[in-house]
Amino acid sequence: MTEEIIIAGFGGQGVLSMGKILAYSGVMQDQEVAWFPSYGPEMRGGTANVTVILSDERISSPILHEFDTAIILNQQSMDKFESRVKTGGMLLYDPNGILHHPTRKDITILKVEGSRLAVEMGNPLTFNMIVLGAFLKAKPVIKLENVKKGLEKSLPERHHKLIPLNLQAIEIGQEHLVVVQTV
Amino acid sequence: MGELRLMKGNEVIAEAAIRCGCDGYFGYPITPQSEVMETLMTLRPWETTGMVVLQAESEIASIHMVYGAAGAGKRVMTSSSSPGISLMAEGISYIAGSELPCVIVNVQRGGPGLGTIQPSQADYNQATKGGGHGDYSLLVLAPASVQEMHDFVILGFELAFKFRNPVMILADGVIGQLMEKVELIDQRPRWTNEQILEISGNWATIGKPSSRKKHVITSLEMDSNMMENNNLRLQAKYTQMKDEEVRYEAIACEDADYIVVAFGSAARICQKTVQIARKKGIKVGLIRPITLFPFPEKIIAEYAAKVKGFLSVEFNAGQMVNDIRLAVNGVTKVEYFGRMGGIVPTPDEVEDALEQRFLIGDL
Amino acid sequence: MTVITGKINEIIKPENLVYAKSPLLNDVSMHYCPGCSHGVVHRLIAEVIDEMGIQEQTIGVSPVGCAVFAYNYIDIDWQEAAHGRAPAVATGIKRVMPEKYVFSYQGDGDLAAIGTAETFHAVNRGENIVMIFINNAIYGMTGGQMAPTTLVGQVTSTTPNGRNVDLNGYPLRITELIAQLPGAAFVTRQSVQTPAAVRKTKKAIRKAFEIQAQKKGTSFVEVVSTCSSGWKLSPVASNKWMEENMFPQYPLGDLKDTGRADPDLYKVKG
Repeated sequence: MTEEIIIAGFGGQGVLSMGKILAYSGVMQDQEVAWFPSYGPEMRGGTANVTVILSDERISSPILHEFDTAIILNQQSMDKFESRVKTGGMLLYDPNGILHHPTRKDITILKVEGSRLAVEMGNPLTFNMIVLGAFLKAKPVIKLENVKKGLEKSLPERHHKLIPLNLQAIEIGQEHLVVVQTV
Repeated sequence: MGELRLMKGNEVIAEAAIRCGCDGYFGYPITPQSEVMETLMTLRPWETTGMVVLQAESEIASIHMVYGAAGAGKRVMTSSSSPGISLMAEGISYIAGSELPCVIVNVQRGGPGLGTIQPSQADYNQATKGGGHGDYSLLVLAPASVQEMHDFVILGFELAFKFRNPVMILADGVIGQLMEKVELIDQRPRWTNEQILEISGNWATIGKPSSRKKHVITSLEMDSNMMENNNLRLQAKYTQMKDEEVRYEAIACEDADYIVVAFGSAARICQKTVQIARKKGIKVGLIRPITLFPFPEKIIAEYAAKVKGFLSVEFNAGQMVNDIRLAVNGVTKVEYFGRMGGIVPTPDEVEDALEQRFLIGDL
Repeated sequence: MTVITGKINEIIKPENLVYAKSPLLNDVSMHYCPGCSHGVVHRLIAEVIDEMGIQEQTIGVSPVGCAVFAYNYIDIDWQEAAHGRAPAVATGIKRVMPEKYVFSYQGDGDLAAIGTAETFHAVNRGENIVMIFINNAIYGMTGGQMAPTTLVGQVTSTTPNGRNVDLNGYPLRITELIAQLPGAAFVTRQSVQTPAAVRKTKKAIRKAFEIQAQKKGTSFVEVVSTCSSGWKLSPVASNKWMEENMFPQYPLGDLKDTGRADPDLYKVKG
């Protein structure tokens, strides 16, 4: 198994940390992982994206042209990455703020109302975990117990009290995954 | 098995330095490698191993602090990115000229000038042809994974002391920012004063007891015959490096019609290119030089007789391709493909270039 | 004039000695020009290291300039620095061997032109090192070009009509600036043109080394010096020219003697 994922959105949405938790979870599941961010003056408000690769084999290129899965969290990222999903691949997005919805017919398209659900949960910071939950529902590449271990490993000890909240957010994301089209 | 962690290439440089018993790090912040010093400052090794970490006022000061501390027989290092390495060039020349060991990490970004903070391999010539003034060479290691970022710090210090020569770890923004699984070595102690005496006691400037002559660390020699001898001694050392320290990885070369040559993160990309090309039925192999100096010229020369061509893939305007051409010596075709300005080509782009350069499919 | 007759070994007897060469001065002839101040300052450093019994703990850092060969003359371990970088080299040595005595020895071009940044920041960090600064207002080694400390109107090979402020700026009183830095423990300006001045300079150098042992911060000893060859004057005339021209611009005496500043004075409030 090799899963090549791009997560893209605004800086401050938790794009990089979502990727990091996913990567850590992969480590907990004994997988090879790679996490490669766009870097530079892309702080809060700018665009941010990260490539995460999970694999049973040694990973070659961390730089990819096409992805198995694109997790899209804003319009700019939709414009940039919709075309770069492999035929038969998957696009998961949060419709909040999206004006031009994906139009490809050869990929599976899913959505999750991450922003809305996070506000309803009373904690906008859980947004990225809700989206992660939706992804794991659609592609259960990582077992939930390993995601929990990944959270423990990637969060500093002083934030460990937030793990239950994060797990709850993942659960909400799993429950609210909406299938737009499948191939 | 050592501790397994998920770490960034830059962070692991710091972690490996502490764990291998490094005595000191002197540096100056520059993107994309500032995490090296930030990680060290967070880990506070001066409280555990006694390792010194100092933020200098410039890259110039950093490298001369390294020069000073290396003179004491200590295992010391610095890290920077391209423009900072240019500033260090004079100091590196002094360190090579005075035959001191140290490790220098260059997490390359694009140039020339202030250029870009995005990844690049445009310092290949600077690193492998010395970089500063005078006839000298660095031993240059090119990591292609976070694990190698870790391993080459340890190997770097071993080689630096074996040859009493600066070792450069020539990484790039991709490997610096990339996060992967890495197995860390267990903590090793720093060398004791007794060990330093044993290892470097015949040259280090650690204070002169009345029982021996004074030690002087200098690259200066006013007598031309003596200075030529100094140069010959350095050249002999570089020849020894060529005999003993060439490292490379050859993937899928046995039956290859074409061989891609790439180092560092470009080699990771080309590994995928090999997979893509082979799926299409094109027999492609990959040679990844691990030491850029000494360059793996023998293995390239050996394959030159067997393949239809080499493609050098670099994030620069074509620098390593010249070393490949020297090794191939006209026996077969040598082409170059690369991107600049911080653009990192994708595996598919490289595969397209391979087909175009060698007119594969048109025949 | 007294004419000494007889064999010299019969004259040099312990009971006749009023002065002996420091055992830490190597038995080689110095390359310095007649009348140059470097030799005297070298001797004082050798004497201080010998008298303090710290030969085995001392590392010297020599500069680029006339004193590049300082390592040939004083019998201690030495490291030769690139032009201007001696304070950074000394920092590197001292940081990894804090129990040792480390000093840098630099001229005006090295310390106050090309190496200004390294000089300031080493002192500003309060590195526990001694910095010896030979100010002779000219580049001696390269053949008498303008230095940052060259006086206005002073003729050098690159100011053949005299230093002109409009073109070349002002003489740099770097020692006054150094004294402003909180990391400086002891900053003084001395000279070596008379026996009395030599004694005072030796005392200052000794004090600087003692402060290093007390870890009180950087000690900075400027020695206003002569360069007979560069100034194109006889040794005697050089001393006179120095007293008349250099001393008014570079007045002798201690500029700071308080130890480094209390860090709490510079701390953020919250």
